[in-house]
Amino acid sequence: MAQIKKAEGFIDWLDQRLAVKAFMRVMMSEYWIPKNINFLWAMGVVLIALFAVLLVTGLLLLMYYKPDVNLAFDSVNYTIMQEVEYGWLWRHMHGVAASATFLIIYIHLFTAIYYGSYKKGREMIWLTGMVLFVAFSAEAFSGYMLPWGQMSYWAAQVITNLFSGIPVIGDEVVIWIRGDYVVADATLTRFFMLHVVLLPLVILAVIAVHFYSLRFPHVNNQDSVELDFEAEAQKYKEGRIKESRVVPFWPVFLSKDFFVVGFFMTFFFFLVCYHFDFAMDPINFEPANSMKTPAHIYPEWYFLWNYEVLRGFFFDIGGIAAMDIGLIAFVFANVVFFLLPFLDRNAMNTAPAHKRPAFFVWFWLLIVDMIVLTVYGKLPPTGVNAWVGFFAAVVFLGLFIALPFITKLESKGERQ
Amino acid sequence: MRELKILAIVIFFTAVTYWGVEPYAHSQMHPHVAPADFRFKDMEPLHVNGNVDNGKALVEANCLACHGIESVGYAAPMSSEDAAGAYGVVPPDLSHAGVIYAKNYLAGFLKDPVSATKLSHKFNDAKPYAMPSFAFLSDQEIADVVAYLQNIVATKPSDKEVFEEACGRCHSMKYDAWNAKTPIASMKNYLGAEAPDLSMMIRSKKAEYLNTFINEPLKMVEGIAMPRVGLSEASQSQVIAYIEKVGDRKKAERESLGLKLIGFMAIFTLIAYLWKVSIWKRAA
Ligand code: HEC
Ligand code: HEC
Repeated sequence: MAQIKKAEGFIDWLDQRLAVKAFMRVMMSEYWIPKNINFLWAMGVVLIALFAVLLVTGLLLLMYYKPDVNLAFDSVNYTIMQEVEYGWLWRHMHGVAASATFLIIYIHLFTAIYYGSYKKGREMIWLTGMVLFVAFSAEAFSGYMLPWGQMSYWAAQVITNLFSGIPVIGDEVVIWIRGDYVVADATLTRFFMLHVVLLPLVILAVIAVHFYSLRFPHVNNQDSVELDFEAEAQKYKEGRIKESRVVPFWPVFLSKDFFVVGFFMTFFFFLVCYHFDFAMDPINFEPANSMKTPAHIYPEWYFLWNYEVLRGFFFDIGGIAAMDIGLIAFVFANVVFFLLPFLDRNAMNTAPAHKRPAFFVWFWLLIVDMIVLTVYGKLPPTGVNAWVGFFAAVVFLGLFIALPFITKLESKGERQ
Repeated sequence: MRELKILAIVIFFTAVTYWGVEPYAHSQMHPHVAPADFRFKDMEPLHVNGNVDNGKALVEANCLACHGIESVGYAAPMSSEDAAGAYGVVPPDLSHAGVIYAKNYLAGFLKDPVSATKLSHKFNDAKPYAMPSFAFLSDQEIADVVAYLQNIVATKPSDKEVFEEACGRCHSMKYDAWNAKTPIASMKNYLGAEAPDLSMMIRSKKAEYLNTFINEPLKMVEGIAMPRVGLSEASQSQVIAYIEKVGDRKKAERESLGLKLIGFMAIFTLIAYLWKVSIWKRAA
C-alpha cells in the first residue's frame, strides 16, 4: 500500500487515493499530438461534443417520452413539444445533433481515408471507428422509430423486412426482430430499450476502446511524417517548444478544438432553431398509420447511399432476382468499409491522397459516387433515376473491387 | 490558408449533398402547381346586388331546417349525433359564413354544391351530396341569401371560429381539445375516408402546402375525399394561423431564443479563438 500522508490540500488528498495527477498527465497534459494537423483533426472532439448533447437532451426527453403505440406520438408532439418548458429545444437539439453527428462522422471517416490513417498500425482505430459507425446507425434507426410517426413506422417496416432476405430462416428472423408478425407495440418497446439502454452502453464502451486504440500508434498528421513521439515530447518538456513537433492534448490541442467546436455549434444552433426539416422530416409529424402508405418512403439522409445500393439493382440479372442482388450489394456495402485496411495492398504508404495519384482519383470518385447515391436514394426510382442509381451502385462496388489492384500497382511503382 | 481551402472543400460537398436531398429531391417529389386561386374563376360571379330582408326570409325558409346561426339566436336544429345520422355529416353553423367563404364561391356552392366542392368523384345521383342544391332559386334570390349572410356578421370571427365553422365538422384538433362534430364512423361512410386530426399539420405539411391544398385539395392529391371549402383569402390565412398556433405553439419562443443561442456560441467561439491564438503563439 502507498504511503498515505496528511494531505496538503484537496487535490493532494485525491492524488494520494486516485493518482489523479498521473492520470491527468497521461490523458491530458502529456498526451502528445503532432503539430502539423489541420482542423479536420478536430472532428473527434466535435463528435464528443455532439454525443454529449445527445446524451443530455436524451435524458431530458426520456423523462416525458412514453414507449407505447397509443401514447408515443402525443407524448413527443404534445407533452414534450408544447407542455414541457423548453421540451421543443431538447427535441430539436436531439434530432439535429443526430443528423449532424453523421455529417461529422462522414467527414471524420473520409479524413481518415484521405490521409491514410486506417493502416500501418492504425487498423484497430479504423475498425473500432467502423463499429461505432454501425452502432450509431442502429442508434439513429431505433431513435427514429420512437416518435411513432409515418416515417418511423414505414421505415421500420421496410428495414426490418430486409432481414427476410436471409436464406432459410429469414422470415423467422423478421418476426424475432419485430416481436410480432407486423411492426407493432412490441417492436416499438424493444427498439426503445435498444435506443436508451443497450446501444448507448455499447457506444460508450466502443468509444473508450476507440480512444485507447489511438494511444499506441498515435494520431496521424497531414504529411504522414513518422514522428519519434518520445524525443519530440522530451524537447517540449525541456522548453524547446517551438522546435518540438508535438503539442500536449491539453491545453494546446484542445484550445484549437474548442474553437472548432464553438464554430460548429454556432451553426448547429442556427439549424436547431431555424432550419431543422432536413433532420426532422415533416412526414414524421403525421401519426403512424398502417393503412396509409406514404407516397415516398426514404430513410434519413445519412442512410440514403446505402439504401440506393440496395434498390439500385432493380432488374433480374442472370436468373438472380433483383431483390437478392440488391441485398447482396447492400451487405457488401456495409461490410466493405471495415475491410478497407486490408483491401489497400500498399499498406506501408501512408502519404495523403494528393501524393498518391491513382488513390487520389479513387478517393474523389468514391466521394462523388456516394453523393450521387445519396441524392438518387431519395428521388423516386423511376425512369432515368433508376438507371443513374443502378450505375452509381455498380461504380460503388467496382471501386472497392478495384482498390486492391490500384494499390498493388502503386506499391510496385514505388519499388522500382 | 490551407485550412480555409479544406474548409471550402468540405462546405462545397456538404452543400451539394444538402441541395440534392432537400430542395432538389423535394422539387422532384412535389412538382410545381399553380398558386391558390381565391377568385374561384371557374364559378360565375354574381351580377346582381342582393337584398338583405329578402335574404333573411329565404334563409329562414330554406336553411334553418339543417343549419344553426347562433350569432342571431338560431340554435342548431339537431344534436350533432342526430344530424350526422340524418345527413352523413353535421351541417356547419352559418354565423360567419358571409365572410368565411368567398362570395363567388358561396353563390356557386348554393347552385351546385358538388361541382363547387369538386367532389364529383364522390357524389352522384345515386349517392347525393348531403346538402341539396338550390339551383331552383333565381340569381337574385341567391344574391339575397348571400347578402343576408354577409350582413349578419357583426364582428370578424376569431381564427378559431373560422376553423370551427369551416373545418370543425370533419376535422378534430386534439391539441386544442376540439373534436370533429361528425363522428369518425359517419365521416368514413360519407366521404369514404377519415378526416385526419389537424393538430400537427403545420409541421407535417407546412404553411405553403396548406395554402394551395385548402384552396383546392384535388389539385394537390389525386382522388382525395376532402372537399374544396371555398375560403376567402383572409379567412384561409386565419385558418392556417390557427393551425400554426396549435401545432407550433413555441415558434415565437424558438425564433427569439435562437438568436440568443447563436449569439452565445459566437461569443464562446471568439473567446476560444483568442485563447487558441495566445496558446499557439508560444507553441508554433
Ligand atoms: C338538408 C339539410 C341542409 C339544408 C336545407 C341546407 N344545408 Fe347547408 N349544409 C348541409 C350539410 C350537411 C352541409 C355539410 C356538407 C359537407 O360538408 O359535405 C352543409 C354545408 C353548407 C355550407 C358549407 C360549404 C362549404 O364549402 O364548406 C354552407 C355555406 C351552407 N351549407 C349553406 C347553406 C345555406 C345558405 C342553405 C340555405 C339556402 C343551406 N345550407 C341549406 C345541410 C343543409
Ligand atoms: C366535409 C369534410 C371536410 C371538411 C369540411 C374539411 N375537410 Fe379536410 N379532409 C377531409 C377528409 C375526408 C380528408 C382526408 C382525405 C383522404 O385521406 O382521402 C381531409 C384531409 C385534410 C388534410 C390532409 C391533406 C393531406 O395532404 O393529407 C388537411 C390538411 C385538411 N384536410 C385540412 C382542412 C382544413 C384546413 C379544412 C377547413 C378549412 C378542412 N380540411 C375541411 C374532410 C374535410
